[in-house]
Amino acid sequence: MTTASSAEPTRRDFLYIATAVVGAVGGAAALVPLIAQMNPDASTVAAGAPIEVDLAPIADNQAIKVFWRSKPIYIWHRTKEEIQHAQNVDVATLPDPQSDAARVKDGHDQWLVVIGICTHLGCIPLAHEGDYGGFFCPCHGSQYDTSGRIRRGPAPANLAIPPYAFVSDSKIRIG
Amino acid sequence: MTGHSTVDPPAGAWPSQLKRSDGKGLYEPPVYRPKNALLRWVEARLPIGGLIYSSVVAYPTPRNLNYWWTFGAILTFMLMAQIATGVVLVMHYAATADGAFDSVERIMRDVNYGWLLRYLHANGASMFFLAVYVHMFRGMYYGSYKEPREVLWILGVIIYLLMMATGFMGYVLPWGQMSFWAATVITNLFSAIPIVGDPIVTWLWGGYAVGEPTLQRFFSLHYLLPFVILGVVVLHIWALHVVGQNNPAGVDPQTEKDTVAFTPYATLKDIFLIAVFCIAYGWFVFYIPNYLLAADNFIPANPGVTPTHIVPEWYYLPFYAILRSIPDKLMGVIALFASIIVLAFIPWLDTSRVRSARYRPLFKQFFWLWVIACVGLGWLGSKQPEGIYVILSRVFTVYYFAFFLIVMPLLGIFEKTKPLPNSISESVLGAKA
Repeated sequence: MTTASSAEPTRRDFLYIATAVVGAVGGAAALVPLIAQMNPDASTVAAGAPIEVDLAPIADNQAIKVFWRSKPIYIWHRTKEEIQHAQNVDVATLPDPQSDAARVKDGHDQWLVVIGICTHLGCIPLAHEGDYGGFFCPCHGSQYDTSGRIRRGPAPANLAIPPYAFVSDSKIRIG
Repeated sequence: MTGHSTVDPPAGAWPSQLKRSDGKGLYEPPVYRPKNALLRWVEARLPIGGLIYSSVVAYPTPRNLNYWWTFGAILTFMLMAQIATGVVLVMHYAATADGAFDSVERIMRDVNYGWLLRYLHANGASMFFLAVYVHMFRGMYYGSYKEPREVLWILGVIIYLLMMATGFMGYVLPWGQMSFWAATVITNLFSAIPIVGDPIVTWLWGGYAVGEPTLQRFFSLHYLLPFVILGVVVLHIWALHVVGQNNPAGVDPQTEKDTVAFTPYATLKDIFLIAVFCIAYGWFVFYIPNYLLAADNFIPANPGVTPTHIVPEWYYLPFYAILRSIPDKLMGVIALFASIIVLAFIPWLDTSRVRSARYRPLFKQFFWLWVIACVGLGWLGSKQPEGIYVILSRVFTVYYFAFFLIVMPLLGIFEKTKPLPNSISESVLGAKA
């Protein structure tokens, strides 16, 4: 290959490098659609819009399960006892310290709304089960209390709280 | 050592035919010698670096190659593009009779960049065929199919057949009206075979008509065949590297002065024309993405209603015209397949000792007439088979076959060719070389 060897960068060097850079940018840009297409498509995103749940049919001590964004959400109408149990715990002793007040909405502490996915490896815990009267995960034995906080077992964190708000005293919007 | 008919390529694989220009024996191209110790360690165990170096870096390439020689690289690029866009499209496609059409619409509307991926893939198929026709015409004009490149040429015909099968099955997948009825017409071709025709067609369909079983097996094969094509392309490039490239003069390189290293010359020429080709590709994808798509394919497949105007994609039109120009069903099917199979025989049908049409004034004219016949047949394939269109189709079909079966054998005997240059360097640089 004939090269003019010189100490100074030549016009040819500049053109080669500039072309290579533009080519590299083009190549990276060409990859974007191939990778981005795996993200949730518009219809999936649309199906993930907020939902409204009517709380009136939920009896005292009953826990129902609804789905939002393909995730199971427990809505638990807690009894006075269950609220007491949740509030009387010394927060500092918890594996994932969090007060009950931080996990419910002001003035609505009888409603526990948690995402029903065990923070260990993703199974759905069973409500009204376990030594703490809360949730019990059958996969590896994690135990949650009446506030959905982890007490015993391999799960590292409390059950997550989804974004939700009270539209009225008997209706919430999740998402 | 000038391309006389011998059984074996002279003196072993390319570039061992090259002599040194100073007369001191055989030319030896530079060898891969990595300076890095880790690379040397890998090279001693798996000599991929050396293979790449000797195939696309130091590889001696005739110095007179023109831009028609870049279409092999363009085709490799398009095969990669089709595989990449195809694999990601399959992540969203549903190969069921109820779901296929809707899944394609979902790709177009909902999937991130789905519209782009679909248009890239559909128009990419057309660009793929455009490039393959240019590539084949180049081979025919410059005699690249002649000794010692017969196997290279035949591998190319095999790749072309695989491409046609892949393209046909891909077109069925959106399950529009054209998809369904093209599938019906093409699978019905096999019913022309006497005795075993109908069982074969039932076997292809997996049912009593084109239906979901047909769609699902076409989907499976459409995913498989491009990788088969990839394998045959590897053989194609291997066969090429054993004998070396042809060149526009059709005269074998004698010394290393007739060649240049593949990198950077051929590499950059290829990259440049790939970029130009992508501009044409992008023109279709971004400005006229539906120009080549049949409008009827936006109607979901209806097994009870045949569209009034069934047309295959443009790249099948010449063969469609040949099929319809023969009034007999079986003979029409035979003519269709013969029009492709005849290509495999041209290394032996063409009797001329001169490779390149540059030095064959008569062959050049017959060749361009043949190109006009191919384009003409393509245009006629899109017309209704009646009146003047049928007559013209028959004329062009006769010429199509006459070119291979009469012109090629006879010209080799009777044509007065122009004198060949003494070497490639002389043809490029003049007698001073």
